[in-house]
Amino acid sequence: MSAPALQESVRTVRAPTGPQWIVRDSMVMVRRYLLHSYRQPELIVFSTIQPVMFVILFRYVFGGAIHTGADYVDYLMPGIFVQTTVFNALLTGLGLAYDLQAGIIERFKSLPMSRSAVLIGRNLTDMLRNVFVILLMLAVGYLVGFRIHGGVVATIGAILLIVVFGFAFQWISALIGVAVRNPEAVQSAGFIWVFPLTFLSSAFVPTGSISPAWLQSIAVHNPFTVTVNAVRQLLMGDEARHIAGLGTDPTANVLIALAWTVGLLVVFVPLAVRGYRRLS
Amino acid sequence: MLHEPEHAVVVEDLVRTFGSVEALRGVSLRAERGAVLGLLGPNGAGKTTVVRILTTLLRPTSGRAEVLGLDVERDAAELRSRIALSGQFAAVDTLLTGRENLVMVGELYRVGAAEARRRAADLLERFDLSDAADRMAKTYSGGMHRRLDLAAALVARPEVLFLDEPTTGLDPRSRIGLWEIIRELVDEGTTLLLTTQYLEEADRLADRIAVIDSGLVIAEGTADDLKSRVGGDVLELRTGAGDHLRQAAAALAGAGFDGEPALETDTASLRLPVTGGDVLARVVRVLDAQGIEVVELALHRPTLDDVFLALTGHGAEDQAVAKPRRGRRGRGAPPAEAVSR
Repeated sequence: MSAPALQESVRTVRAPTGPQWIVRDSMVMVRRYLLHSYRQPELIVFSTIQPVMFVILFRYVFGGAIHTGADYVDYLMPGIFVQTTVFNALLTGLGLAYDLQAGIIERFKSLPMSRSAVLIGRNLTDMLRNVFVILLMLAVGYLVGFRIHGGVVATIGAILLIVVFGFAFQWISALIGVAVRNPEAVQSAGFIWVFPLTFLSSAFVPTGSISPAWLQSIAVHNPFTVTVNAVRQLLMGDEARHIAGLGTDPTANVLIALAWTVGLLVVFVPLAVRGYRRLS
Repeated sequence: MLHEPEHAVVVEDLVRTFGSVEALRGVSLRAERGAVLGLLGPNGAGKTTVVRILTTLLRPTSGRAEVLGLDVERDAAELRSRIALSGQFAAVDTLLTGRENLVMVGELYRVGAAEARRRAADLLERFDLSDAADRMAKTYSGGMHRRLDLAAALVARPEVLFLDEPTTGLDPRSRIGLWEIIRELVDEGTTLLLTTQYLEEADRLADRIAVIDSGLVIAEGTADDLKSRVGGDVLELRTGAGDHLRQAAAALAGAGFDGEPALETDTASLRLPVTGGDVLARVVRVLDAQGIEVVELALHRPTLDDVFLALTGHGAEDQAVAKPRRGRRGRGAPPAEAVSR
C-alpha cells in the first residue's frame, strides 16, 4: 500500500466518545506499562530483593528475640506480603513523575483520550505486578520455612485482600506523583509516609510490645495492622490462636481492612484524577 | 460552529499570567486554512504559551482563542480530536519501539487498532524510520526522535498541526531533513502553526510570520516584509585595536547610509543595515579615508537578531543600541497589513 496523501484526512470524523472508551484507553495504557515492565526486568528484580532482605533480617536476625506465641516465620510473612505491596505502591507515583519529566504526559493530554486512563492504566499494571511479586514472595517464604495453614479459599482471599489494599495505596502514591512531579522528591516523599506506616504496626512485632501507650494505640488502629492481622488469620488458620489477642475468626479484620481500602479509594481516586487533570 | 470558519486559528487579545508574570499581554493572531503561520521570537517571548493554549494544555487568563471555530476551553474535547501537537521536547515513549509509539497514539485517537497499525507503517516508511521501526525509541538519534514525534502527531491526520520549535537543538543536516518533511505536509494542505527562534526556518516554511516579543505581537507579515524593515542586508565589521571601532561608527554614521551603526562591544564588532549594490566599496572608502584598520568585513542577510533590532531597538537577547527604521517595501509580496479584515 502506498503512502496515503494526508489530505484525504481533512475533515475526518472526530474521535468517538463515551464511557466505554475509558476502559479502551486504560487498556492501551496497561499494554504500554506492561511493555515497560517487560523491558525493564530489573524493576521487578529490585522490587523483590528488598522484601527478601527484610525476610532474612527478621527471620534470622531479629526473629529469635521476638516472641509472638506462634512460629515467628508464620507470623512474619503476612507482614512482609502487605509491606511489599505498600512499598511497591511507591513505584506508581514515581513512574508517573518520570512520565511527566519525559513530556509524554503532555502528549497524552493533547490527545482526545480519557482524562483518567493514564492513572487507571498505571494503577492496574502495578496491581498486576503486585500479584506476581506476592506469588514470588510466597515461594521465598516457603524456602525459609513459612507454611500456609489456612484453606485454599482463605489463601486466595488473603492474596486478593493484599492486592486491593495495595491498590488503594497506589492511588495515594499517584496523587503524590502528580502533585510533587520531581521523581527524586517523589521518592523521598514516599518513604516519609510509608516507613512509619509499615513499622508502627503489627507487621514484625506484636503491638502489645510497643510503648508508650499512645504509640501503641496508633499501631493498633493503623489500617496496615488491621490488614496484616486479617491476612495473618486467613493464612494461619487455626495456628492464629497462639497469637495473643488475635483469635482465629478473620471476619472483623477483613471487613475493617476492606472498609479502609474502599475509604481510601473514595478519597484518593478523585483527588489523583483531579491532580492529573490540573497538570499543565 | 456550524459554518466552516475561513480561519483555522483565531486569537484575539489573548492574555495569560503566571502569578505576577505576564507571559502573554494581549496577543492577536489569525491563520488561514491551509496556510503556515510562523511564530518567531526569542526564548521566553511567549510562543510556547500560545501553542499550549491553542492545544488546550493551558487555559487562557482572558481573551479569545479558537481553532477550527472551536473554543479552546468550551470545546476542548472535540478540538483535541482534530488537531495535533509536536513539541519542543520530543514526547515519545523511549521504552516503546517507534512502531509501538505510533500505534499507541493512533489507538488513543480512537482510529481503531487495525487502522492505527496501517497508518503507523505508512508513517514509518514516509519518515525513513522503517529500519528502526521495531527498535526501542531510546536507541534513536536526536533527529530520529523528532521525526518519530512528528509522525506521532500525524497519525490522527490532524486538520491543524502545531509544531513548537520542531528543530531546536538539531544538527544542521537533521534540521534540513525535517524542513523537507514539513514542507511536504504543507504542500499537501495541512494548516500549520509553527514556532521558531530561527528566522531562516520561518522564512523557509511560513507563509506569514508573527514576531512575538515579551508577550506581544510586534510585527506580522511575510518574511520579505519583515526583512525589508531591516532595510535589506546587514554589514558586519570588526576593526583593529584601540578606538578604531568607535571611530568607524562615527565615520559611517555621517556617511549617508540607510541605518545607524550599532556597536556590539562584547564581540568588538559593528552592524549596519544597508541597501544597494555598492555598499562594500563605499564603506571601505569611508574607513580608508579615516585610516581605520578593518579586520573583518562581511555583508549578510538579516537574521532574527537584526529583525529584532529593527523592530524593537534591542536584539533578540537584549542590548539596546541603535534604532534603524525603514519604511516597508513590498518586494512583490503583499504589504504587511495585519490580519484584520
